[in-house]
Amino acid sequence: MQWETVIGLEIHAQLATKSKIFSGASTAYGAAPNTQACAIDLGLPGVLPVVNEQAIAMAVRFGLAIDASITPRSVFARKNYFYPDLPKGYQISQYEAPIVARGRITIDVDGQPRTINITRAHLEEDAGKSLHEDFHGASGIDLNRAGTPLLEIVSEPEMRSAAEAAAYMREIHRLVRYLGICDGNMQEGSFRCDANVSVRPQGTEAFGTRAEIKNLNSFRFIERAIEFEVERQIEIIENGGKVVQETRLYDPDKDETRPLRSKEDAHDYRYFPDPDLLPVAVSAAYVDVIRATMPELPRAKIARFVKTLELSHDDAAVLANDPDTAAYFERAIAAQPASAKQAANWITGELFAALNRDNLAIGASPIAPEQMGQLVQRIVDGTLSGKLGKQVFQTMWSSGRDADDIIEAEGMRQVSDTHLIEVAVREILEQNPDQIAQFRAGKDKVLGFLVGQVMKKTGGKANPALVNQLIKAALAN
Amino acid sequence: MSDSLPRSVARLADGLARGDYSSVELTRHYLARIAALDPQLNSFITVCGEQALAEAAAADACRAAGKAGRLTGIPYANKDIFCTRGVRTSCASRMLDNFIAPYDATAVEKLRAAGMVMLGKTNMDEFAMGSSNESSYYGPVANPWDVTRVPGGSSGGSAAAVAAGLAPMATGTDTGGSIRQPAAFCGISGIKPTYGRVSRYGMIAFASSLDQGGPMGHSAEDLALMLNVLAGFDPRDSTSIERADEDFTRALDAPVAGLRIGLPREYFDDQLDAGIRACVETAVRQLEARGAVVREISLPHVSLAIPAYYVIAPAECSSNLSRYDGARFGHRCANPADLNDLYCRSRGEGFGAEVKRRILIGTYALSSGYYDAYYRKAQQIRRLLRDDFTAAFKDVDVVVGPTTPTVAYRTGAHAKNPVTMYLGDIYTTAANLAGLPSLSIPAGFVDGLPVGMQFTAAHFDEARLLGLAHQYQRESDWHLRAPAAFN
Amino acid sequence: MAISKDEVSAMARLARLAIEPDDIPGYAEQLSGILAFVARMDEVDTRNVEPLAHPLDLTARLRPDVVTESDQRELFQSIAPEVERGLYLVPKVIE
Repeated sequence: MQWETVIGLEIHAQLATKSKIFSGASTAYGAAPNTQACAIDLGLPGVLPVVNEQAIAMAVRFGLAIDASITPRSVFARKNYFYPDLPKGYQISQYEAPIVARGRITIDVDGQPRTINITRAHLEEDAGKSLHEDFHGASGIDLNRAGTPLLEIVSEPEMRSAAEAAAYMREIHRLVRYLGICDGNMQEGSFRCDANVSVRPQGTEAFGTRAEIKNLNSFRFIERAIEFEVERQIEIIENGGKVVQETRLYDPDKDETRPLRSKEDAHDYRYFPDPDLLPVAVSAAYVDVIRATMPELPRAKIARFVKTLELSHDDAAVLANDPDTAAYFERAIAAQPASAKQAANWITGELFAALNRDNLAIGASPIAPEQMGQLVQRIVDGTLSGKLGKQVFQTMWSSGRDADDIIEAEGMRQVSDTHLIEVAVREILEQNPDQIAQFRAGKDKVLGFLVGQVMKKTGGKANPALVNQLIKAALAN
Repeated sequence: MSDSLPRSVARLADGLARGDYSSVELTRHYLARIAALDPQLNSFITVCGEQALAEAAAADACRAAGKAGRLTGIPYANKDIFCTRGVRTSCASRMLDNFIAPYDATAVEKLRAAGMVMLGKTNMDEFAMGSSNESSYYGPVANPWDVTRVPGGSSGGSAAAVAAGLAPMATGTDTGGSIRQPAAFCGISGIKPTYGRVSRYGMIAFASSLDQGGPMGHSAEDLALMLNVLAGFDPRDSTSIERADEDFTRALDAPVAGLRIGLPREYFDDQLDAGIRACVETAVRQLEARGAVVREISLPHVSLAIPAYYVIAPAECSSNLSRYDGARFGHRCANPADLNDLYCRSRGEGFGAEVKRRILIGTYALSSGYYDAYYRKAQQIRRLLRDDFTAAFKDVDVVVGPTTPTVAYRTGAHAKNPVTMYLGDIYTTAANLAGLPSLSIPAGFVDGLPVGMQFTAAHFDEARLLGLAHQYQRESDWHLRAPAAFN
Repeated sequence: MAISKDEVSAMARLARLAIEPDDIPGYAEQLSGILAFVARMDEVDTRNVEPLAHPLDLTARLRPDVVTESDQRELFQSIAPEVERGLYLVPKVIE
């Protein structure tokens, strides 16, 4: 029996607003419990919600990035249920008229592009947190997070493998960071993914019963969790059983999914438009204003890097994967775009290594992008040898000084004066008659030794290509 | 002091301005009356004696410094649905018996800023659900005209307090008639403004799309003065309307001549008590004699107002009251066995029977499979009602009719069947559903009990309503009568 | 349209309201009465009528993304039934 996997993903991206979606409390991460839960977030008697303009703007940005239509009059609805992290006993969400309607996104699976449709994206408020450490038989509730804006992004159930699901998750993750609407920090819970997984016999149309796996917070986990779940479901069906529609959690230590306890039978959320809020009008003019501020999106950027800057697809993807890295790269080559390839090498090589070693994000790099650009340029224009370049890089890293500064101060200018090198070449050849004989006898490798000697003689500053050339010329005589 | 003291706020304010008495003296006067007379009425839940005197002293100081406004130093009572910082705000419910509000409602902030002095928090139907003030955790309120009868609800405490001269003015809230109906039963004046006129921030929600706060007092002039303080855009309330500030006293002297009055034929059917009918018709003839043009109009869907109301209001309240769960404030049951027990018992103990009924019906109306038949249907009827009024206001300026189908009934009369009580809202609910401004003023007596007459106008037309009411009150004295036992 | 005792119990569960079993028949009767009364809405055909959520046809006013609230934990928790180390305590939440 051939089985087909059917996966749909629901992603909750915490929007990077300063204040909450319906109140003026701060959304900053890490505050002491309940110090960022104002009267509105606590659901005190008599309080009322007021919509944060930036949440609307961010949702519209996302909608434009996935080619979706923006709903001109969208409505906030109450989703009613009881839970301690939900102070009002309802969550303000969107039901019938979500702000972003159907859109789509292209993902890469095994190097092949594939389009996944997105059913909708809507705004809602986040809940608080239950702390699971035991307060002598009680749970402690922190409502700082209550009211933080979320964008819930719902895909069509079009993914057919765990790898596709992971690719989709990565693409959305990159996109929301590019748009500046979400910091994508999965450890802190800014980006959460639920997967709806079912199987059906290959070639059939009807959907099988699905299980929902909640709170997958890493790309690796999502693949593993889905793979496990698919196998689990197939085994159940092949043994004559029925898959139960339920909510499950992935346990990374045991590498398995298990049902969530205490989730009750199907909720009746009794959705209705929130009477404390009026419909949100998003005009075409407003959408145009947002559209004008849209950044170049990652796939377009990669394509441009490959086409215009002649980077390899791999290099382009690495540089464009992160908006900060892409920005760094683009600033580095701004003055000299012709050195793009070398800049790519230096950034993905030396710079990344140093950042990793010192555990820094590229935004905290002690070498500014323009400085990096200057260093690369000096190597490209022959002022600096590659080898000395690495030394200069380390000095720049620890001192923050410009490459030109260091080159001057240390006298590291690569020597490309033919006459000077010829002098050194003559000396070295005089000192190494055996090697000359070996070379003339056919041992080409000796050339490298001789080049090295000349490099040493010139304090590493001679232009190696020129040295090579001049030695060969001298030996030819 | 008491004998010569005017009842109306406008005259009291004049007296304060002239120096006839101080705010502290006024406040003491009312506090003394409350202490002496309220045990018979039970119109107050919390009396803020010390705080009131402090506010009064501050008002007097403000006046001495030459900074007094029109209403500085005027005492008033606040329906216990408005959050008042540092003072218990109970909504007449066991659920909030221990709730000391940590902030002031916008309406309260405005009254404070105007220098008014809060005497205390008045009794009401629990969470504003009721038309008789019989559902209060703190016991029913008595009607000063006949203490065996109800004062109306849900703003029954405010109405009784004003009628009995325990406060010259009070705040109320009106969701289906809860300012106008008690005003009618108690022989005072009360106005429900246009939806969005008075901020709902801090006004504990019952049915969000229907609730409006408003003043209750002895005269249209007083209502206009207090509405000037209460009304205004509030950025903390998304449903608050943004309009230029207006003076609601500006049309008090507008002439009656030429005003077009509409009498809905649907209101004057055989459900209406004959005595009430007579009072209203007499009043209308008086206005006609002064040049008002009277015609019959039709509001074809108005009989559906109560059914629609009794779906929408419970539905919204069932959700609004979910926050009362014993976790962060309010009543919490003892020794909850688990989370479910915490919720069910705290709420079961905290809420009274009428509140529970409405939560259950509201939950039902929103539940899967019933939403379209009930909630959605009710919202459709709502549009039809609003359109009925829009059409009517093309031909008339003010819709006039009785406020209630009967005069105040005896306490306990509707205890067996809530629906019979709901039917008393027959004339008032349409204005809430359509968001229209509507007021009630005294128009006579039947068997010694007050009769109220209701005026309704188009959105934002409060000034016209108050003008017509004021003109009527200039040539009638129903609003000057006081219940003998409390005079 | 009548509400059964089971439906009353189901609604009570959804709304987290403890109701004495002895009271359930009474609620069922009263609620059935209300529903019967409310059924009058069916007298009118509303097939082509758009529901009206708010009496005035307005749209939401948006507020700027600015932090305006400060830490008032002490004040708010002074009225809380059970608090420890800044957290609201409820019976253990089982996940």
